[in-house]
Amino acid sequence: MDINDFRSLQTVLAFIAFIGIVIWAYSKRRKKSFDDAANLPFADEDQHESTVKRENKK
Amino acid sequence: MESQATYNYKIVRQFAFMTVIWGIVGMLVGVIVAAQLAFPTLTDGISFLSYGRLRPLHTNAVIFAFGGSALFATSYYVVQRTCQTRLWGGPLVPLTFWGWNLVIVLAAITLPLGITSSKEYAELEWPIDLLITVIWVSYALVFFGTIVKRKTPHIYVANWFYGAFILVVALLHLVNSAAIPVTLTKSYSLYPGAIDAMIQWWYGHNAVGFFLTAGFLGIMYYFVPKQAGRPVFSYRLSVVHFWALVSTYMWAGPHHLHYTALPNWTQSVGMVFSLILLAPSWGGMINGIMTLSGAWHKLRTDPVLKFLIVSLSFYGMSTFEGPMMSIKTVNALSHYTDWTVGHVHSGALGWVAMVSIGALYSLFPKLYGREGMFSKGLVELHFWIATIGTVLYIAAMWIAGVMQGLMWRAVNADGTLTYSFIESVERTYPFYYIRLLGGILFLSGMFIMIYNVVRTISNKGEADEAIPQVAAH
Repeated sequence: MDINDFRSLQTVLAFIAFIGIVIWAYSKRRKKSFDDAANLPFADEDQHESTVKRENKK
Repeated sequence: MESQATYNYKIVRQFAFMTVIWGIVGMLVGVIVAAQLAFPTLTDGISFLSYGRLRPLHTNAVIFAFGGSALFATSYYVVQRTCQTRLWGGPLVPLTFWGWNLVIVLAAITLPLGITSSKEYAELEWPIDLLITVIWVSYALVFFGTIVKRKTPHIYVANWFYGAFILVVALLHLVNSAAIPVTLTKSYSLYPGAIDAMIQWWYGHNAVGFFLTAGFLGIMYYFVPKQAGRPVFSYRLSVVHFWALVSTYMWAGPHHLHYTALPNWTQSVGMVFSLILLAPSWGGMINGIMTLSGAWHKLRTDPVLKFLIVSLSFYGMSTFEGPMMSIKTVNALSHYTDWTVGHVHSGALGWVAMVSIGALYSLFPKLYGREGMFSKGLVELHFWIATIGTVLYIAAMWIAGVMQGLMWRAVNADGTLTYSFIESVERTYPFYYIRLLGGILFLSGMFIMIYNVVRTISNKGEADEAIPQVAAH
């Protein structure tokens, strides 16, 4: 085995890692958790409004 | 004592306002250098206003002062809101603001004086580099400290992009700026010859990939869903987008050094990874634009969304153009011509500046508890002026670039060059005038913006009533 085999191996491993990420991201198990995460920009209006109120009083 | 139930908006307000100020300064210097190309004798005899000294001032000001401030402002805002916790770090937070602005002022003094390390996009000399390191480490501590104490189970995807941007820029800065100081204002790179060139463009292209792309994708993943009023099109795609983008960008740098002393295989690696980059880039663009699916009508009435969505269109255009230009045979035509300048500005004006401006128009009213910007009409006007300015700029540079490339490679039957270099310069003049006009238009948009921003901030009165009462918690 010379160094070029390791270079090829690295490419294969990177490809497997990519496929792994895709399978993980699109698995049914992750759906609920990702849906929750996707709604994070809309989940903190109370805290935002109390901040603005407080800052504007200063 | 600050309450933990509220966010730190002071720092966001400071950085957001300075984004507009540095935007005007950086783009004004851009207009001046564009004028110098159209009228070469404009500042003859004044050393600190010469093209060679102002050009790095322009790039540093728009990338690090304008773009940097936009990233500080939005990342501090987004990380607090999506982690539902106040910024961590106490005195480190104001340190990042005052320190970063000090760096910008030092850059504005040293670069016109000709004090430079001559590394592109990293021209600042070693004492300033050390200061940047201190500020950047503080920034990383504040950002990741806030993530650690988050109240939410998830780390929202925008924060992943901001986090990658902060970590990679730290790495790039440390490696690329390694130098041996000779005096207080002069140092020499630690790396020799072709290695120095490779490290320079590993830095340079990842500055594009992580500073000007990952960071601004963080802006996109928060502000596009927020402004559209619906979650991102596909969160799953955003996860794949993140990992594919960060692992691919790292390797694309050598395409800046095609047909140079760099080993040929390295050039090929750079080209192949640049081509692969098209996939994650377009995945991200589609994810952003499709967030509007089912709500396209909002584009008609909301100029802020117009900024955000058109910025994504320019992002798609320039991330198609980039991989094409990295192909060696295309690069043989485009390299060293104004096509490159056009490509950069389609990304810089169309994507980076437009997405920042859109995010700021969304941000200012929220930070001050206003219903919206002082004048929606002026936002609309800014949008059109900026879009027309960008299109004029990049179209002029495309034509100029292809023309230059063709003239430089044209040979007569006996093998001699058909055109002298100066002939190609002469033919470029009309396009330099059009580019100058495009730049002036884009800059005027920023003046409209500062007026609108100041009026929005000072527009008290109805603002406090606009905030609904919230239950104590």
